[in-house]
Amino acid sequence: MHIPDGFIDGKTAVTAAVLSVAGVGFALRQVKRELPPRKIPLLGLAAAFLFAAQMINFPVAGGTSGHLVGGTLVAALLGPSAAVVVVTTVLIVQCLLFQDGGVMALGANIFNMAIINSIVGYAVYRLVCHRLTGVRGRVTALVFAAWCATVLAAMCCAGQLAWSGTIPWSIAFSAMTTVHMLIGVGEGLISALVFLAVYHSRPDLISEMATPEQPKRLRELVGYGLLTTLGIAAFLAPFACSWPDGLDSVAEKLGFSHKVIAPLLPAPAPDYQVPGIHWATGATALAGAAGTMIVFVLALLLGRWLVPKPKDS
Amino acid sequence: MSADWLGHRHGSIDNPICRMPATLKLGVSLVIIVGTVLAPMNWTGWFFSVSLILLLTIVLSRTPPIFLLKRLLMLSPFVLGVVLVNAFQSGGRNHWPAVAAKSGLCLLTAILLSNTTPFSDMLRSLKSFRIPALLITTLALMHRYLFVLTDEAERMRRARLSRTFAPGRRFEWRSLSTVVGQLFIRASERAEHIYDAMCARGWK
Repeated sequence: MHIPDGFIDGKTAVTAAVLSVAGVGFALRQVKRELPPRKIPLLGLAAAFLFAAQMINFPVAGGTSGHLVGGTLVAALLGPSAAVVVVTTVLIVQCLLFQDGGVMALGANIFNMAIINSIVGYAVYRLVCHRLTGVRGRVTALVFAAWCATVLAAMCCAGQLAWSGTIPWSIAFSAMTTVHMLIGVGEGLISALVFLAVYHSRPDLISEMATPEQPKRLRELVGYGLLTTLGIAAFLAPFACSWPDGLDSVAEKLGFSHKVIAPLLPAPAPDYQVPGIHWATGATALAGAAGTMIVFVLALLLGRWLVPKPKDS
Repeated sequence: MSADWLGHRHGSIDNPICRMPATLKLGVSLVIIVGTVLAPMNWTGWFFSVSLILLLTIVLSRTPPIFLLKRLLMLSPFVLGVVLVNAFQSGGRNHWPAVAAKSGLCLLTAILLSNTTPFSDMLRSLKSFRIPALLITTLALMHRYLFVLTDEAERMRRARLSRTFAPGRRFEWRSLSTVVGQLFIRASERAEHIYDAMCARGWK
């Protein structure tokens, strides 16, 4: 999902950079406030760990392999603010040292992978943890959260590419979302397995850092909530409206709306519409909700399968 | 030993480009990248002069061209893929060659920057750009332990391979994730030792 240079234009890069600077600045302040000095080196080591973990390839069918991305996992292990700082560090080093992701696109990459991925992942994780207790609940929550975060980050990436005019929205959205719905399942599974491995040998590492029983912090909720909402409003809202957007209505008025470029990949449910239902917005929402539900049930089953006996519930 | 597969710092260390101050190189690269992304395609003068500067840098820093070509090809499968697919599509939009050219120039600039500037120098100049100290500390620690942890992961992978016979996929996922989990545990234990060492040497 690393966007290279040249794929996003000035306005998108600046918007994303402003949002990222605000987000990372806020996360740094939070970390300084709540992390004991003992834990400061852990941020750097966790970043190095994430980089090393991304090098380990998990075999997938047909000779291909995938690897951990890890924003949600780090958020579940260390808390959301630390995760934003850790993933940002990884992205900066990847950009400056290994040229993975563009320099001017760094803001957009940080926004998608460090902020959206960690914050949304952590929010979903906490939300599900409140309903389901025990290790099983945590594993289910992590799988579901990792999937949601991956898909939403991919949507933001598609929105940025479309807003820059590099790739048309229909192609970017269908391609990115379909691919990342599959990647997200792998990401959730790997995150859960790693979480369980840590839990089995050093449960103290998890419980001391980010217990779901922590009191809610209003400042964090407001700050990150505002930031993610602004970002989603900027990158996704122009495309996801039910009424035709500016470009579409201009195209209709000028009478060349039939000259639409054929999509690159035939999507399984084109434009997220369930066949037979003509109410476009409703169908889109329904398809999205159905997909999410399926993944949630999958996560529940996975939690049941991976954690054989509920030890504490 | 494993630092070379991560593939930076090729060619000679002692040359005019490497001896230039890191802040200057970082600033010039930033100007080149931002300018190249924003410049409209008919600014031929800009693209010509950027190419000239990059060519001059390659010659002066004596970077092996084969290495540059390899890095470019390794890093841009996404760009190349998108361009190729668009080239074969009927009614494809003709802005793709421009995007590919811009992307290539930016990539070359970034490769040359990281190949002629040690990361610690880059960090020092980032500090003067008023990046928060906590982020700088984290970046420095990550860079210091990056190679240590990658080596450790490789050793753990080798140890696992020598102890297991061709396992099934399900078992392999389990054991690989145990390796990753163990890596996290070792990293956090190491972080505690580092903190003790930092305090012993008078940190803060």
